[in-house]
Amino acid sequence: MSAPWSRFVADHIVDLPPSGIREFFAIVEENPDAISLGVGEPDFTTPWRVREAAIFALERGKTSYTNNLGLIGLRRAINRYLHSRFALEYNPDNEILVSVGVSEALDIAMRATLNPGDKVLYHEPCYVSYSPSIRLCHAEGVPVRTRAEDGFALDPEALERAWTPGCRALLLNFPSNPTGGVAGGEVLERIARFAVAKDLLVYSDEIYAELTYDGVHQSIARFPGMRERTIFLHGVSKAFAMTGFRLGYACAPKPLIEAMMKVHQYAMMCAPILSQEAAIEALTNGEPDVVRMREAYQRRRDLIVRRLNEAGLTCHMPRATFYAFPSIASSGLNERDFALRLLQAEQVALVPGSAFGAGGEGFVRASFSTSYERIIEACDRIERFVDSLVVRA
Amino acid sequence: MTTLLKLLLEGESLTTDQMAEVLDWDRAAVEQELARLEADCTLLGWRPVLHPNISAEKQVRALIEVKITPEREGGFDRTGERIARFDEVESCYLMSGAYDLMVVVRGGNLHDIANFVSARLASIEGVLSTATHFMLRAYKEQGFLLSREQRDPDKPAVSP
Ligand SMILES: Cc1ncc(COP(=O)(O)O)c(C=O)c1O
Repeated sequence: MSAPWSRFVADHIVDLPPSGIREFFAIVEENPDAISLGVGEPDFTTPWRVREAAIFALERGKTSYTNNLGLIGLRRAINRYLHSRFALEYNPDNEILVSVGVSEALDIAMRATLNPGDKVLYHEPCYVSYSPSIRLCHAEGVPVRTRAEDGFALDPEALERAWTPGCRALLLNFPSNPTGGVAGGEVLERIARFAVAKDLLVYSDEIYAELTYDGVHQSIARFPGMRERTIFLHGVSKAFAMTGFRLGYACAPKPLIEAMMKVHQYAMMCAPILSQEAAIEALTNGEPDVVRMREAYQRRRDLIVRRLNEAGLTCHMPRATFYAFPSIASSGLNERDFALRLLQAEQVALVPGSAFGAGGEGFVRASFSTSYERIIEACDRIERFVDSLVVRA
Repeated sequence: MTTLLKLLLEGESLTTDQMAEVLDWDRAAVEQELARLEADCTLLGWRPVLHPNISAEKQVRALIEVKITPEREGGFDRTGERIARFDEVESCYLMSGAYDLMVVVRGGNLHDIANFVSARLASIEGVLSTATHFMLRAYKEQGFLLSREQRDPDKPAVSP
């Protein structure tokens, strides 16, 4: 008799499906010795210079609230950083809002801009929070599949086909979790033209931008007609290995930042000051650390993608992020059974692709944010597991 | 810098086979490259890094500042190399600033080092003076932090 409690829970929360990743997490927890390729965060510890900056801020008694938009020093650092890295420019006084991770930035961006019933185009497979976040705004998600054949870039024609009247916004995530897909200049240009033609607002989650291995990251906000319709979302979690600091930011024209600010000031007030101080150090002096970590991820990527392919799991080469997204079609299993049986038989944890939406069926996400030794051992086990399936079949 | 050297400098200790695996080379190519790095003295060698405070050998280390007179030919090098040859000397550098050579010496106990300094170092021709500083405790040894950062048990094994 669990029914009575639902009378206290909002209908749209009752209807929200449980997160596929949490469900799988519970299973992995029962296998504490498993090698995990399931983590969605850097295995590196935050660079010491950044941790030290947080300690110093604490020592100086920086323990107060800050401006709702964030410390002006941080907003200036963000502007300088985005300008030098991605040729983006946002006024620190009123076009940048510091948030508690990209998670909060995305949430307030959507809450500030969506009306109930609005439709939001997004590409799938995608980060687990996208579809629920749209639903939490009483809006409707319109998924567009990205495919391995396209390197999981968004096919502009598929996007155009998915459009229906009532679509007001487009949510982009390139480089993409869980696929490692990126959108090149040509694709972005066509998406931009489409967004302008349909007068769409664009949320662009570019949290993996710095972890681009092939080519240079380009932001959609740089394309003609896009700056005025883009809410650019970024943070320090991935590139600077700062997930636990919970610090992100949103950049957009002033009226959009003001709208987001209305939600942020009541729901969150401000991001934690220590994390803001640490982020100033990261954005100002952290580049060598980012380069060091990126080079290590790249070597790991080359290793794991080669080994997965050798094991018979077709895997495209992710051009960014720390995720490989191989197809497990050759195993004859679905992605959930594959992940469960691999865990039981060989103690290796992967995330079933369907945790990232319908487009992830037939795939698993293998994070290479772990040591070479573990990657090699995990791949040996995966290979043995796949071979055992073939022999039995 | 070569790819192999970059991999070595990352600091994860890998077997030759694992290096070959990471770089997608065959084992022979890794061995050849390692041999080449050693032959051209880029890579001087391999040795274990022991924890200086709880080292099995229980040794004492000292940093010695040495002032020397440069020679007419060879400058500081001849004296520097001469000092460097002693087994007790772990490392030896020519320095800018208040003294000329910084010599790191290790010995079984304090007396060994005192003997070495007075009987050996100080009597070398060209050595003008020495100042010996004993090391009390190490916090970082050749890139290894001694207060090991613990793997965070709270970090979830699966996350979005
Ligand atoms: C695509 C994507 N967006 C946002 C986030 C959340 O980032 P933050 O730590 O800044 O909240 C993640 C974290 O996994 C992510 O993969």
